[in-house]
Amino acid sequence: MRQNKPLLGEDLKVVNVGLSLFADTLRSSGTPVTDVDWRPPAESDQRLTKTLRSIQKRNASGHLNIIDEANRTAHQRMLDAQPALVDVAPAGEAIAGLEDRTLLHAGPPIEWPDMCGPMQAAILGAIRYEGWTHTDTGAVTALENGEITLQPNHNLGAVGPMTGITSPSMPVFVVENRAFGNRAYCTINEGIGKVMRFGANDDTVIQRLEWLQNGLAPVLREAVQSAGGVELRPIVARALTMGDEMHQRNVAATSLLLRTLAPHIANASSIGNNVSDILKFLADNDQFFLNLAMAIGKATMDPTRDIPNSTVVTAMSRNGTEFGIRVSATGDRWFTAPSLMPQGLYFPGFTADDANPDMGDSTIIETMGLGGFAMGAAPAVVGFVGAGTFQDALAYTREMGEITVGRNPNLALPTLDFQGAPCGIDVRKVVESSITPVINTGIAHREPGVGQVGAGIVRAPMACFTQALEAIDQLLSETANA
Amino acid sequence: MTTRNLALKNSYRDSVELMRLSQELEQMSGVQGATIIMGTDNNKAMLETAGLLTEDGKAAEANDLIIAVRLSPADDEAAIMNRVQESLDSSGRESETNASSNQPRTIDGALAALPDSNLALISVPGQYAAYEATKALDRGLHVLVFSDNVSIEDEVELKNHALNQGLFMLGPDCGTAIINGVPLGFANAVPRGRVGIVAASGTGLQQVSCLLAAQGHGISQALGVGSRDLSDQVGGAMMLEGIRVLNDDPNTDVIVLISKPPGPMAQQQIAFALRVVSKPSVVCFLGMDAQAPNIPNVYFEMTLHEAANRVAGLLGDPTHDTSPVLPSPEMTLLQEISDGLGRDQRYIRGLYSGGTLAYESMLFLRDLNFDISSNLDFPLVNSIDDDAERTHKLIDMGDDRFTQGVPHPMIDYRQRRERILKEATNPEVGIILLDVILGYGSHADPASELVPAINEARLLASGAGRQLAFIVVICGTSDDPQNIQKQAAELTAAGAVVVPSNLQGVSIAAALSVGDLEMIRGWSQ
Repeated sequence: MRQNKPLLGEDLKVVNVGLSLFADTLRSSGTPVTDVDWRPPAESDQRLTKTLRSIQKRNASGHLNIIDEANRTAHQRMLDAQPALVDVAPAGEAIAGLEDRTLLHAGPPIEWPDMCGPMQAAILGAIRYEGWTHTDTGAVTALENGEITLQPNHNLGAVGPMTGITSPSMPVFVVENRAFGNRAYCTINEGIGKVMRFGANDDTVIQRLEWLQNGLAPVLREAVQSAGGVELRPIVARALTMGDEMHQRNVAATSLLLRTLAPHIANASSIGNNVSDILKFLADNDQFFLNLAMAIGKATMDPTRDIPNSTVVTAMSRNGTEFGIRVSATGDRWFTAPSLMPQGLYFPGFTADDANPDMGDSTIIETMGLGGFAMGAAPAVVGFVGAGTFQDALAYTREMGEITVGRNPNLALPTLDFQGAPCGIDVRKVVESSITPVINTGIAHREPGVGQVGAGIVRAPMACFTQALEAIDQLLSETANA
Repeated sequence: MTTRNLALKNSYRDSVELMRLSQELEQMSGVQGATIIMGTDNNKAMLETAGLLTEDGKAAEANDLIIAVRLSPADDEAAIMNRVQESLDSSGRESETNASSNQPRTIDGALAALPDSNLALISVPGQYAAYEATKALDRGLHVLVFSDNVSIEDEVELKNHALNQGLFMLGPDCGTAIINGVPLGFANAVPRGRVGIVAASGTGLQQVSCLLAAQGHGISQALGVGSRDLSDQVGGAMMLEGIRVLNDDPNTDVIVLISKPPGPMAQQQIAFALRVVSKPSVVCFLGMDAQAPNIPNVYFEMTLHEAANRVAGLLGDPTHDTSPVLPSPEMTLLQEISDGLGRDQRYIRGLYSGGTLAYESMLFLRDLNFDISSNLDFPLVNSIDDDAERTHKLIDMGDDRFTQGVPHPMIDYRQRRERILKEATNPEVGIILLDVILGYGSHADPASELVPAINEARLLASGAGRQLAFIVVICGTSDDPQNIQKQAAELTAAGAVVVPSNLQGVSIAAALSVGDLEMIRGWSQ
C-alpha cells in the first residue's frame, strides 16, 4: 500500500476541477488552489470517453496501477539513456538488414505510388547515386517491378530527416545507447540548398552525397574513433542552456560537437588537404547536429518499446502523406492518419500553397521531449517557428507537460527555472486532454527538388492517438480475459 | 565526519544552477558542507583542496556530475545521499510566479504547478466525475466530489480505491465539508472548535454546524460523505472512515453523524463502529425506523435541532460568543398572523432548497398525521405527481427534476419565486415555509430575491381577501458573507417569521395550520 498523507491536520492545497466558484471561495479564504481549465475528455466524444474510463479501470490492479507503473518504467529508461556517437560508417555496413537494392524512407510504411513528389524524387536520386539504374525511367520500372525494396527507417533502427532516404552507401552516424547497448543510425546532414532530404536529385545533389561519403565520412569516422566516441547527453544538455531546442535550432550543439571533434579531425590521417573544406562544411551548417539529435532520439526511445501495458509513445514519424505513431504496449504497429500542414513562416516568394504535408522521422526528437516540447528553451526560434512570443513558447512547453509521464532532469530548461523537458508522451493523456504533441519542423516544397520553403510548427493528428487508445483498450481486455 | 562523493555519468548542469543547488544541499539536515560540480580536472583539484574529493569523485570525468557532501557522523548516510539525489532530480521546478501565468488543463498540469496539493475538489458533470476522481486518487490526492449523477457502482469502486490508498473520497453528491477550518463547496463560516461531523447530508451538516455556532460551539472537522454513503451498496464506507479518523483526532471531543435513514446493513456497521469509539457520539439518522441500539455514550436524536442541543449539552461551556444571531419571534406576532389566516387556509407549502431540511419537516408533519404530498420518497406520503387535493406539500426544489439546466435553488431563487406566486392564488394555502441557506457558494443576497416575491404574493392574496403566513428558516452564521442580520431584518420587515432552526420553522407552520399556538409555546419563550 502506498502511504499517502493524511488529510486532517495538513494545510489544504486544493486542485479545483469544475466550478470556478469554488476556487474563488478558497482563494478568498487564503487557501492555495489551482483552478484547472477543465474540458470534457476527448472533446466530449462519448465512445472515447468510455474507452478512457475502461482503460482507467484496467489500470487499477489491486494496489498497483499497471499502466502507470509500465509508463514509469518507460520514462525511467528515457532518463537513463546514455547516447554516444561511436562511429560513422556506410549504412550498408552499419545497419543490419539493410541489403543491397534496399532503400529506407521516412515515416510509417508506404508504397511507391502513394509517396509524395519529394520522396519519390529523393528515391530516384538515391538509386542514381547507388548506380542501380542508369536512368530515372529505368529506376521507376525497377520500383514498379519490386526490384528495389522500400521500407521505413524505423524498421532497422534508423531515422532520416524529411524524405529520410537511407541507401547502403550513404554514411550514417552510429549512436549507441550505452546504458542499454542498442544502436541507432541517421544519415549525415547535407547542409542547405539543393538537398536530397527535400527531394532534390540533380547532379549537384549526387555530387554532394559522394563528397559526404568519400570526403567527410572517413575523416569523421577516424575522429570519432580517436576521441573514443563522443558522449552526447552532455552536449544536448548544455546546448539546451544555450538556446537550442534540437529540432529547429542546433547551432549550439553543432558548435559544441565541432569543438569536441576539431582536434581529432585535424589529426585524422585520411584528411589530406581537406581540413579547410571539412571545417567549413561543419561551420556553415547550423543544423549539422540535427541528424545526430535524431539518432539520439531513436537510441533513447528504442529501449522503451514493447513494455507490456505501457501507453508511452515510442516513435512519431511522417512519410509526407501520413503521420504515424508507435506505442510501447502495441510494439511495431503503426497508428496512422493523414499528415497535417505545418503553420509557419515562409521564405521570400513562397506561401502555404507551396508546402508539402509534414514529413520526416525528425519527430523522434519531440518523442523524446525536445523540439516543440522544449520550445521554451529556445527564445531565438520562437518567431521562426511561428509560435509568436516567447511567452507562447513557454506555454507550449508547459502544455506538453500535460501529456507526458514526467520531466527529464538531465535535460533542464533554464527558461523554465531549470525544469526538465517534458518527456514520455502518454496516449491516454493526449486523448483525454485533446492536446496533441507540438512539433517544430521545416517545411518542404511539395514539388520535388525545390527544397525547404519555410519552417513552422505542426501538430500530430489526434486520430493516431485515438486509434492507439482503442487498440490498447482491446489489448488490455484480451490480456484480462486470457 | 565523513565525505561522500556521488558521480552521475554524463550529467551536464549549468554551473550557476549547480551553485544554487549546492547552497540548497547545505541547508539539509545532516549535511555539513556540499558542492555539486562538473568533474573537470580543475574542479576535482578544487574539491581535493577543500577536502571534499573521494575515490568515487576522482574517477569522474569532465562530463560527469560530482555531488560531494560532508556528513555529520551520526546521520544515516544512505538516507541523506538518497535525499540529495532526490533533490537534484526534482530541482527544476518552475517558480509559482512564472507558472501562474498559465492555467493548467488537467489534474497533472495542476500538480506540476502546485506539486504538494493534497485535495481535489471535483464538480464536473456527473458522467465525467468518476474519471477525474480516479485520476486524482491515483495521484495520491484526497477527493471531494461535488458532482451528482455518478453511478453507485462507480461510487463503490471509488471509495474502495480510496480506502486502499488511505485517502478520503468525499461524495459524490457531497455538497459541503469543512476541513482543517477551510470551507469546501457550500459551507457556513462557523468557528473552529471541538465537534467533528460526518454527514451524508449537506444541508443537515450546515444546519447542525450553524445551530452549534449559535450556541458558541465550533467545528473541528465536518466531512460530507455523499448522500448514498449509507446505502447498503456503499455500506457507509466513508462514514466509517470518518468515525475512525475523528476518534483519533485530538481536536475532536464529540462526534456527530447525520444522515437520512441508512440501509439496514450499513446501520449495523455504523453501530459496530460506534461501540469502539472512545468519544461521546450524537447520531441523527432522520427517520430511522429501527429501534435505536443502546450503546454507551452514543445518543440517537430524531431531529437536527435536538442533535445540536445534545452536542451542546455534552460539551458544556461554550467556547465562542453566544449572543443570539436572530431574535426569537414574538408570540404576539405569531398570534396576529394566526388570526389573519382564513378558516380554509390550512395548508402548508414547504418550498425547500435543502433536501434534508425538507425531509426533517416531512417527518415532523407525518408524526402529527398531516396529509402530505412530496417529491421526497417516503412511505404513506403522496407523490406530488399524483396532484392529490387537500394535502400539505413539501417540495425539495434541489431535486434533479427542478435543476435540469438551471442552477441549484440555493443559488438561483427563480423557481421558488414563481412557486410562491402560484401558491398565493390557492385559497386553501395559508402557510409558506421557506429555507434560506447562507454561506459560501450560496446566493449573495437571498432577501433581495424573496422580499419582492413575498410582497407580490401578499398583494395577490389580499386581492382575494386573504392573508398569508411566511416562515423563513435561515441557516447561517453571523460570519457568513451574506450578513445574516441584514437578511433577517429585510425578511422580517416584509412580514416573514424568521427562525434559525428548521424544526422551529416547521413547528410554527404546523401550529398555524391547526390554529393552536400552544404547540410551540414550550421552546419559543
